[in-house]
Amino acid sequence: MPIHIIDRRLNPGGKSLENRQRFLRRAKSLVQGAVKKTSQERDIKDVLEGGEVTIPLDGMHEPRFRREGGTRDMVLPGNKKFIEGDYLQRSGQGSAKDSGPGEGDSEDAFRFVLSRDEFVDLFLDDLELPDLAKRKIAQTESEGIQRAGYTTSGSPANISVSRTVRLALARRIALKRPRKDEIEELEAAIAACTDEDEREVLLAQLEKLKAKTKRIPFIDPLDIRYRRFETVPRPVAQAVMFCLMDVSGSMSEHMKDLAKRFYMLLYVFLKRRYKHVEIVFIRHTDRAEEVDEQTFFYGPASGGTLVSSALQAMHEIVRERFNPSDWNIYAAQASDGDNSYSDGELTGMLLTDKILPVCQFFAYLEVGESGGSAFDLSDSSLWTLYERLRNSGAPLSMRKVSERSEIFPVFHDLFQRRETAQEKAAP
Amino acid sequence: MTERLFEGADWDFHTLQRITDACEEVALGDLGLDVYPNQIEVITAEQMLDAYSSVGMPLFYKHWSFGKQFAYHEASYRKGLMGLAYEIVINSSPCISYLMEENTATMQTLVIAHAAFGHNHFFKNNYLFKQWTDADGILDYLDFAKNYVMQCEERYGRTEVERTLDAAHALMSHGIDRYPGKKKLDLREEEKRAGRRRQHEEEVFNDLWRTVPKGASKTRSAISLERRRKLLGLPQENLLYFLEKSAPRLAPWQRELLRIVRHIAQYFYPQSQTKVMNEGTATYVHYRIMTKLHQQGRITDGNFLEFLGSHTNVVFQPEFDDPRFSGFNPYALGFAMMQDIERIVTSPSDEDREWFPDIAGKNDVMGVLRDVWANYRDESFIGQFLSPKLMRHLRMFHLHDDPEERAGIRVDAIHDERGFRRVRRELARQHDVGYIDANIEVVDVDLSGDRRLILHHHVIKGSQLNETDAKRVLQHLADLWTYDVALIEVDASDKVLREYVVSPRPIAAAVA
Repeated sequence: MPIHIIDRRLNPGGKSLENRQRFLRRAKSLVQGAVKKTSQERDIKDVLEGGEVTIPLDGMHEPRFRREGGTRDMVLPGNKKFIEGDYLQRSGQGSAKDSGPGEGDSEDAFRFVLSRDEFVDLFLDDLELPDLAKRKIAQTESEGIQRAGYTTSGSPANISVSRTVRLALARRIALKRPRKDEIEELEAAIAACTDEDEREVLLAQLEKLKAKTKRIPFIDPLDIRYRRFETVPRPVAQAVMFCLMDVSGSMSEHMKDLAKRFYMLLYVFLKRRYKHVEIVFIRHTDRAEEVDEQTFFYGPASGGTLVSSALQAMHEIVRERFNPSDWNIYAAQASDGDNSYSDGELTGMLLTDKILPVCQFFAYLEVGESGGSAFDLSDSSLWTLYERLRNSGAPLSMRKVSERSEIFPVFHDLFQRRETAQEKAAP
Repeated sequence: MTERLFEGADWDFHTLQRITDACEEVALGDLGLDVYPNQIEVITAEQMLDAYSSVGMPLFYKHWSFGKQFAYHEASYRKGLMGLAYEIVINSSPCISYLMEENTATMQTLVIAHAAFGHNHFFKNNYLFKQWTDADGILDYLDFAKNYVMQCEERYGRTEVERTLDAAHALMSHGIDRYPGKKKLDLREEEKRAGRRRQHEEEVFNDLWRTVPKGASKTRSAISLERRRKLLGLPQENLLYFLEKSAPRLAPWQRELLRIVRHIAQYFYPQSQTKVMNEGTATYVHYRIMTKLHQQGRITDGNFLEFLGSHTNVVFQPEFDDPRFSGFNPYALGFAMMQDIERIVTSPSDEDREWFPDIAGKNDVMGVLRDVWANYRDESFIGQFLSPKLMRHLRMFHLHDDPEERAGIRVDAIHDERGFRRVRRELARQHDVGYIDANIEVVDVDLSGDRRLILHHHVIKGSQLNETDAKRVLQHLADLWTYDVALIEVDASDKVLREYVVSPRPIAAAVA
C-alpha cells in the first residue's frame, strides 16, 4: 500500500491568523477597553510587550442548548467504602465545572494573549499625529524596484515574450510575409497542375514567395522587447523627538516618573509612524545639557531653574544636527512649572521665534505631586507664560498631570483624531 | 536479524517511512486490520494549535469562533496549562494523520501505530462511520465549503455570512439526522448538486409567472393539522434541516450555508458516539504494535520504556475523589475493555463463561475484536462487554442524585453481584448520545396565524434547559425563521413546564 509522507511545516505559519483577526475585529471594542485598562496598570516598558488581556465574554458567546438540573445518575470509578443504599452528603452545589472557551456563564471572562503589534495597534488605534505634512525623504535609505514599461535591450531573463511576438506579428503583416498555408496552397496547385506553361508561372511565383519568406524573418532582433525595471527611492520619513525636562531640586521622583511615562508613550507612538526616530534628551537646571537616557531620568542634579537654557540648547542642536527641512521635529517638555521670573521673557521669545516654527508639535506637560489636584493651585509661572503664548496663537499643547493613571487619558487627549476643519480653525 | 528502526530520539523522513512500513507489517499481518491508504503529514506546534481550533479540520472555512478557540488554546498552551495532542487524524480516504514535529522518534512510532492504523481501521470498518460519513468525499467537500463561504462573503458581505453561520453553529448539535435515511451520503455529489440547483433556478426563472392570476386560495380549514404536519415533514428533530427546507425568507445562499453546517455536524456524529471505542481501539492497536516491534528487536528497551511512559499517562484513570478526576477517560476505559476482551477470549474464568458464553475461550482474539469494532458503538459496547472483573477492578459504583431527596445522594449500586448489571446499564446510558443531547423537535407551524414556529423539548428526568443559553439559541433560531419561535418544555406526561417565546431581531428580517 503506498504511503505518502508530506512535510507541511514549510507552509507559511499563522494560518489561523485570519480566524484570529476575525475574532479580534469582532471583539474590538471589548479588547480595546481591556488593552487600555491593562496598560494603566503596567510599567511603560511593558506596554510594548503585548501580553495577556481579559475581556468579558458577553457578545462573544456561542450558545448551545444545554440541560441542567433534574435527577442525575452517574457511574464513577474508585469506590472505597460505599455500599449499596448509602447516602452521601451533598457538598455545596457541586464543584465548578471546567469550562472551555465560550462555555459556562456569560459573566466568565475570557483571557488570551495579544502579540506586541496587536497590542500597540489597538492601544494607539484612535490616535493621530498632528501635522504630518513635512514628511521627508531620507538620503539613500531604501530603494524599491518598479516596473517601467519595455526596453530594446536587457538581459534574456527579462524578455517579454508576449510583447515580442506582438511586434513580430505586426511587422510580418506590414511587410506582407507570405503565410505558410499560402505556400502550401501554391505547392498543391503546382502538384495538381497539368499545363506546362501555367506550371512555370506558378513555380516562379513559389520561388518569389519563398525568397520573400527568407527575407522577412519570423522574429527579427528588432522585435525583441525586454521588461524594464526602474529603481525608485522609497520615502522614509524620519523624526526626532526632543525630551526636555527640568531636573532642579523641586522635581520629585514621582514627577520624573510621570514625565518618563509620557516620553515613553510618545516614543512608541512616533516609532509606529516613522521608521527612524531619534531621541534627544535635554535636562536643565539653570543650565542645560544633552545627556543619555540613564542620566536623564536617574542622574542627580540640583540648582536653580532657567527654562530658556533648555530651549537654547534644543535650538542649537536642531541647527547643528537636524535640519528642519529634513526632519520632523517633535518636542515634549516636562516641568513642575517653576521658572525664575526674569527668565520668562527670554523663554517666550525663544519658543515663539526659534522653536515653534521648526516643530511639528510641541507639548508641555506640567507634572504635579501625587495627591495634589492639579487644578486647585494657582497656575505656575511657566504655565501662565505658555498660556499667554498659546492665547496669542502659538501652536502649543499643554496639559497638567499629577497621577500615573492620568498619563494615558492625557496622552489620548493630546493625540485624539480630530476633524480636519477643527484642526485648521485652531492652529 | 531485524534492524533497529531508529536510534535515539531523532528522526527524518526515511525513518518515518521505515516506521510506517514496520507498523503496517504488524497491523496488516498480525492484527489483520483493514485500513484506508495512509497519508502522513508533519506539522509544527502552531499548525497543531490551528487544527485544534478549527474542530480538528485544517481545511475548515474561516470563522471568528475558531479564532477565539485559537486564542484560548494558545494562551493555555503558552502558560503550560495544556499539552498538545501528539496527533490529529481525519476520517477520510486517504486517511490523513498529522504528526507534530516536536515528537521524538518513539512518539512518532506510537502516533503512527495509534492514528494511521488504529483509528484508520476503526473509521473504515465501524458501521456508524460507514453509515454516516463519506470518507472519499469529505476533503473535497471541506474545500467546497471553504470556497463557498468565501464567495458568499464577497457577494453578500462578511457580516451577513457571519450572522448566518453564528446562528447555524448555535443549532449545530440539533442539525443531525439520528436515523439513517434512504440514501447514503455522497459529499462529492453535494458540491455538484449545489451548482445544479443554482443553475436550475436560473434556467426556469420566468418573470411571466408573476403575472399569472392565482386561483382562489384554499380556505384555512382546508389544510388540516395532519396534512400540514405531513407537508412540512413534522415532527422534525433536525432543526437545521427544517430551516433549510422550510424557513420562509432565507436566501438560497443562506440555505446552502445551513446545509454545509448540517453536513459537518453529521460528519462528526459518529465520532461523538464512539469516543470510548475509537480511542480504545487505537490504544489497543498501538500497544500491540509497539510490543511486537520491541519483541522483534526493532526498537530498543530505552525506546520501549519511553513509550510505556507516554502510554501509561494516556490510559491513566483518576478515581472519583482525585482532584484530577473529570469523568471516565475514554482512552483508559476503552483500552481496559479491549484488554479485558482479550483476556476473556484467551483465558476465561468461570464467571466470564457465564457472562460471555459467545466469546469466552474462543481463542481468536483479533477475530472477536474486529467484529466488536465493526458492529458496536459506545453505548452498546459497554452494555454488552463490560465485564464484572473490570467493574471490580475499576471499583465502579452508581450514584443517584435526586434533588428532592433530603438525605443526600444515594449509592444505587456498587461493583458486587447485585449491582453489576445495574452499574453496567447506567454506564452504557451515560454514553448514549440520545440521553446526552436535549430532545428538541419542531412540532408545528402556525400557518393560519402569525407563522409562529413551535418546538417541544421533551424533558427527561427533570433536566431542563439552561435559561440564558436557551434564549440565545432561540434568538438565533428566530432570526433564521424570521417570525416568532416558541419553545415549550414538556415532561413525559405532556405537562408544560416552561414556555419561551422569542421574536426575530429586526435586522435579520431586513436581510431576508
